[in-house]
Amino acid sequence: MSLEKFMNQAVSSWMSSEGPDSDIVLSSRIRLARNIKQVNFPTIFSNEEAKSVIQNIEDRMSKSSFDKFGDLELLLMDELQPLQKRVLMEKHLISPHLVENANYGACLLTENEEVSIMINEEDHIRIQCLFPGFQLSEALDVAYEIDDWLEEEIDYAFDEKIGYLTSCPTNVGTGLRASVMMHLPALIMTQQMNRIIPAINQLGLVVRGIFGEGSEALGNIFQVSNQITLGKSEEDIAEDLKSVVSQLISQERSAREALEKTSNIQLEDRVFRSYGTLSNSRVIETKEAARCLSDVRLGIDMNYIQGISKNILNELMVLTQPGFLQQYAGGPLRPFERDIRRASLIRERLKMEDKELGG
Amino acid sequence: MICQECNQRPATLHFTKIMNGEKAEFHLCEKCAQEHGDMFMLSSGSGFSINNLLTGLFNMEPAFQGASKAPLEQEKVLQCEQCSMTFQQFAKVGKFGCAHCYDAFSDQLKPIVKRLHSGNWTHNGKVPARIGGSIHLRKKIDELKNELKELILKEEFEKAAETRDEIRKLEKEMNGHDEGGE
Repeated sequence: MSLEKFMNQAVSSWMSSEGPDSDIVLSSRIRLARNIKQVNFPTIFSNEEAKSVIQNIEDRMSKSSFDKFGDLELLLMDELQPLQKRVLMEKHLISPHLVENANYGACLLTENEEVSIMINEEDHIRIQCLFPGFQLSEALDVAYEIDDWLEEEIDYAFDEKIGYLTSCPTNVGTGLRASVMMHLPALIMTQQMNRIIPAINQLGLVVRGIFGEGSEALGNIFQVSNQITLGKSEEDIAEDLKSVVSQLISQERSAREALEKTSNIQLEDRVFRSYGTLSNSRVIETKEAARCLSDVRLGIDMNYIQGISKNILNELMVLTQPGFLQQYAGGPLRPFERDIRRASLIRERLKMEDKELGG
Repeated sequence: MICQECNQRPATLHFTKIMNGEKAEFHLCEKCAQEHGDMFMLSSGSGFSINNLLTGLFNMEPAFQGASKAPLEQEKVLQCEQCSMTFQQFAKVGKFGCAHCYDAFSDQLKPIVKRLHSGNWTHNGKVPARIGGSIHLRKKIDELKNELKELILKEEFEKAAETRDEIRKLEKEMNGHDEGGE
């Protein structure tokens, strides 16, 4: 398969199109956790109950589909190849938990992959909306629409006092997790991030690496999300997160300006060295690739490099993950083979840009 | 130093306890300390993992009850009658078995939830449109009642009377809701 064709299939809308503040905010995500009344939570439910959850969803879809983004497609985890699941996970459409632990796990996907509804994950239903750029409120609106659509036919486990009941008490209340993925290279270079993270934590928000809990910040990409789900309204939670993210955006921008003033030539050198590595290396591992991609993306944002699309970081951060590389290769690869594949995929991707430049 | 309980083995654990402003020092050997397990919140045996730390949040109960109760008295098994998950099981995995667990363990749960959500214990967000009919009304009535209190404090009795009438109307509507079944 040609890279171009593969990419067309592989790239989700959140990776390719550009949203507001997309020089710093890569994507915005809203997740709502819901459970069905009178059915045990996935923690202990029987296979029959698990099947009944899927049946519930299928019934809902057969009455009337949610067609704002084209048809919803139901994917059953048991029917997918391990590699296919891994690819969905690397695109952030499903969680590692759904891939590894779920009984009768499934997911509903829209064609543009901006909406994915996970079934039988930690909760019966998890609605996810993933939008490019800084669009939290927009994502929340869509999540609400889906929530209302599901609720027309499905009775939720809801308590008047403490809200939507979830299997883990850390999600009870709104069941809302709002998160924003940010590229913050200048705050790292100027060593401000170490000071900022504890301050953000004090506001009831969490900062993590790109693949969620426990993962490191590959490629200077951070995920900022709310911790508290009970007591505040969904809108307030989103607003609080938005105001912190806006602050981070302006701090990152001023750090970039400061860097340009104080160490212009060193920065330019670093950007082009990384560009050189990406366009010439024959073997490259994840960490180095992530670091170089971050530099190149910064170089694009700061106009050192022209004519390369900004999406390159978002796309290649996902496409150079082990699952994608193996899918592109059409079979399993050992780690060293992956490093070779990764290098060649990045080189090809950069060449595609050159071709487009040349016309 | 010798353990103050058994007066035999060397004391390896030394700590100070302050209760009602009074300071008491303890010097115990590991064995005697373990017998006091819940009092001193010792994790016996293997190292302390992240998991212990997390579920430790759910396990504060013994410490609250104090050391005066005999350990046997605490053995009453708290269990959800719907899905038969016990509180101990919940404390281990940190996840509930069903929606009813929230009721079954509500006394134990309240301090935990409050700690997780910075002191909050009441949902203030979205309410399901369909099953939420009477909830929407009740929320509205609560709001109006607060308004009423404020109006009375401000001695704006005319407006207060209007608000009171509105509350009555809504309450009637709500009773109709309940009687009507749906």
